[in-house]
Amino acid sequence: MLTITQDLHDRIVAHARADHPDEACGVVAGPAGSGRPERFVPMLNAARSPTFYEFDSADLLKLYREMDDRDEEPVVIYHSHTATEAHPSRTDISYAGEPGAHYVLVSTADTDDAGLFQFRSFRIVDGEVTEEEVRVVTAY
Amino acid sequence: MAIEVRIPTILRTYTDGKKAVEGEGATIDELFKGLDARHPGIRERLVDESGELRRFVNVYLNDEDVRFLAGIATELGDGDSVTILPAVAGGMV
Repeated sequence: MLTITQDLHDRIVAHARADHPDEACGVVAGPAGSGRPERFVPMLNAARSPTFYEFDSADLLKLYREMDDRDEEPVVIYHSHTATEAHPSRTDISYAGEPGAHYVLVSTADTDDAGLFQFRSFRIVDGEVTEEEVRVVTAY
Repeated sequence: MAIEVRIPTILRTYTDGKKAVEGEGATIDELFKGLDARHPGIRERLVDESGELRRFVNVYLNDEDVRFLAGIATELGDGDSVTILPAVAGGMV
């Protein structure tokens, strides 16, 4: 189960909305081993595409160095799908490189009446996808 | 020629959980071949059948993505640090 604050939830949604029709992506870092998402880090989608996202490689190195220095992990890795449901695609599954992370998917398909708005969370481990419950709380 | 190699979480199964290991080599290619001798299987996760770096693995020499240097042939010097990070990427298809 992913437990996340309303504030962080809303910031992820706002980022996805702002970047629509391109895919938005980012991380919510948290203390290593805590499983608690705390620090919102929106990332630039270097692909600037409605169908693909990729963290810029220099930004990625900076992010991981920063998390290392602060003893943090990427607790949540989020991105948006802009015309399809908020479920990991084959591409998402094959590139998923953080087995400990909650992969949050937001669908902004409602913007263009292409589908419903969704906010869902998954674990992706060794190509296996498991959806999990999302609990939105006021504070931890 | 000691090179520090920083290993991402997903590849630490090859390094007994170690976040960083020491390696040797005059190029990234040699470094990875050397790593594979001590940590069998790790090279295949980094390099494809044609011997090039896999598209969704980022390799940095100090602060620079080696794709903007000479890729797998990028030359290394004593005391350099190499960081491996899986790309964070995906999409709707």
